Amino acid sequence: MIALLTPRNFVVAALLAILVLIPVYAHSTGNFFLVTLFTRIIILAMAAVSLNLIMGYGGMVSFGHAAYLGVGGYLVGILAYEGYSSGFVQWPLALLVSALFAFVIGALCLRTRGVYFIMITLAFAQMIYYVGVSLSRYGADDGLTIYNRSQFAGLLNLSNRTFFYYLCFALLLGTVYLTWRLVNSRFGLLIQGARSNDRRMRAIGFPTYRYRLACFVIAGTICGLSGVLLANHTEFVSPAMMHWTKSGDLIVMVVLGGMGSLFGPVIGSIALLVLEEALPPIMNVIGGLVAGSAGARVGEYWQMVLGPMLLLVVLFARGGIDGILSNWSGFVQGVREGFANLRAGVGNLFASARRG
Amino acid sequence: MADALLQIDGLTKRFGGVVASDEIVLSVPAGELHAIIGPNGAGKTTLIGQLTGEIAPDAGRIQFEGRDITALPIHTRSRLGLARSFQITSLFLDFTVLDNVALAVQAHAGHSFHFWRDARSDPALREPARAALQRVGLTQRADVLVANLSHGEHRQLEIAMALATKPCMLLLDEPMAGMGPEESARMVKLLHELKREVTLLLIEHDMEAVFALADKITVLVYGRVIASGEPAAIRVNPEVRRAYLGEQEAVSSHG
Repeated sequence: MIALLTPRNFVVAALLAILVLIPVYAHSTGNFFLVTLFTRIIILAMAAVSLNLIMGYGGMVSFGHAAYLGVGGYLVGILAYEGYSSGFVQWPLALLVSALFAFVIGALCLRTRGVYFIMITLAFAQMIYYVGVSLSRYGADDGLTIYNRSQFAGLLNLSNRTFFYYLCFALLLGTVYLTWRLVNSRFGLLIQGARSNDRRMRAIGFPTYRYRLACFVIAGTICGLSGVLLANHTEFVSPAMMHWTKSGDLIVMVVLGGMGSLFGPVIGSIALLVLEEALPPIMNVIGGLVAGSAGARVGEYWQMVLGPMLLLVVLFARGGIDGILSNWSGFVQGVREGFANLRAGVGNLFASARRG
Repeated sequence: MADALLQIDGLTKRFGGVVASDEIVLSVPAGELHAIIGPNGAGKTTLIGQLTGEIAPDAGRIQFEGRDITALPIHTRSRLGLARSFQITSLFLDFTVLDNVALAVQAHAGHSFHFWRDARSDPALREPARAALQRVGLTQRADVLVANLSHGEHRQLEIAMALATKPCMLLLDEPMAGMGPEESARMVKLLHELKREVTLLLIEHDMEAVFALADKITVLVYGRVIASGEPAAIRVNPEVRRAYLGEQEAVSSHG
C-alpha cells in the first residue's frame, strides 16, 4: 500500500501547482520577470532530470553534461544564422546531433570507471567548449544572437512567452514521465543493477556496456532538447552555456534535489536557481537592518551562504531534499539526536573545563 | 572423455613469477558433482575466474559442451549455461531479494531493450524468480532489501540467482564460507538436492561437506593438480595427505 499524502508528494504537488500558476500570476500583475526566470528553471530542470538518469540511476557521474546543452543550443543558433529557422529542421537535427555526440563520448568514456569516468567526460566537454570558442563565424567567445526563435509553420508560436513557458513545462513533465517508465522497465532495472554491481551483472549474463551506452545516449539527447529550448529562450548561444561550471551546476541540482529520485532533480533545480535569485536581496535586507548602509551590499557575497547550505544537505541528507521529504520523521529524529549529542558534547566540554 | 560437459586442457596462468594455474587438466562429465580442494593460495579462485571469463589464461583451452569458450566474454558464457556463485557475496544490496533473482531471470530472457513496460509486474520474470527462491527456501524474504539479510541468507540467494539463469553447470565458490554449523548443514542438504538437476563444480574448504557431497575430487596445490579421483582414493592419497598435513613443513621449506 502506497500512501499518497506524504510530505514529499505534498511538496511535489505544491511545486507543480506553483509552476502551473506562475504565468497566471504574471498576467495579473503584469510582471513577466517570474515567467522568464521559471522558463529557465524548467529548462535546466529538464537537463538535470536527464543527468539524473545516468548519474542517479546508472551511477555514471558525467562531469560534462552541459556539453549537450551547448550542442543542442548551437545547432539551433547555427541553423538560424544560416537561414534555416524552421523548427521542423532544427529540432530533429539538434536531437540527432546530440545523440551522436553522446554516442561517441559515451562509447569511449564508458570503458572507464569512477574518477576516470568523471575526468574523461569533463575532458570531452571542455573539448566541445573550446570548439565553441573557436567558431569565429558564429561569434566565437562572444556567442551568437538568434534573431528568430524556431518557426513551426505558424502552428506553434514560440515567441509567445506564456505559450513557450507551458511548452517547456509540458516537455519537462514528459521527460519525468519517460524517466519513470524507463527506470521501472527491464532496461531501467538493468541500468540500476549495473550501478549497484556491474561485475555481477556481467556474470549473470548481461552485456552491460551496450545498455549503459544506450542510457548515456538517451540522457544526452534529452539534454540536447534542453539546449534547444534554452537557445530559444535566451535567443542567444555562447560557449559559456557549456562551460564546465555549468556541468557542475547540473550535478549540484541533482545532488541537492536527490539522486535517483524521480522529482528530485526538479526540486533541486528550483531550489538552487531560486536561491541564486533570492539570496542576494534577502541578505541585503538583513545586512541593512543589522549594519545600516554598509550591510546593505552584503548580498554580493550570496555564494558564501549558498555554499554552506549545499554542504549541509550533502553532509546530513544523503538523499538530498527528496530524501529529507520522503523520510521526514527519520530526518526530524536525526536532527533531534544530533542536537542532543551536541548539547551533551558541549556539556561534557564545560564539565571537563571546570575540572581541568 | 569426449562427452565431458567441461573439459580443461593445459590451462596456465601466471601473475608475475607466481604460477597460479600450472597446466591444469580437468574433465567434468554432465551430472557430476566435482569438488576442487587445496590449501590457501592454491589457485582455486583463479581457476574459477578463468572458467567464467574474468581472468584470461596465458595458455590452454576450456571447452564447454564441446565448444571452445576460452576466448568468449563473461556474459556469453553465462548465456551458454555456465553460472557461478561468488566467494565474497556480491549481490545487488539496494534491491529486494526478489528483484535480485528477477534480474538473473531477465539476463536469460532475451535482450533488455524494453523501455516501457513495468518489469516489476512482469510475470515472465517474477514467476521463475519466485520459483528459484522457493527452491532455496527464501520465499518468506522475497520483499526484504538484500542489505538486511543475514550472511547465510546471502549465500542462499547467491544460489537462487545462479539457479534462475537455468544453468547446465554451476560453479560454486566456497558457498559455505563463514557459515555457522546449522547454516552449513542446510546448505549441504540443498546442494545434495541440486546435484540431481545440475552439474556442479564446487570449491570448498569444509572438508566434511566436500567428502559427503562430491563424486570426484581434484586437489590443487600451488596451481598444479596433484591428485584427482573418487573421495575414498583422495582420502588415502599420500601426496594429498602431505599437502594438507605437512602444509606447515612445505611452506617453511619453500620460504
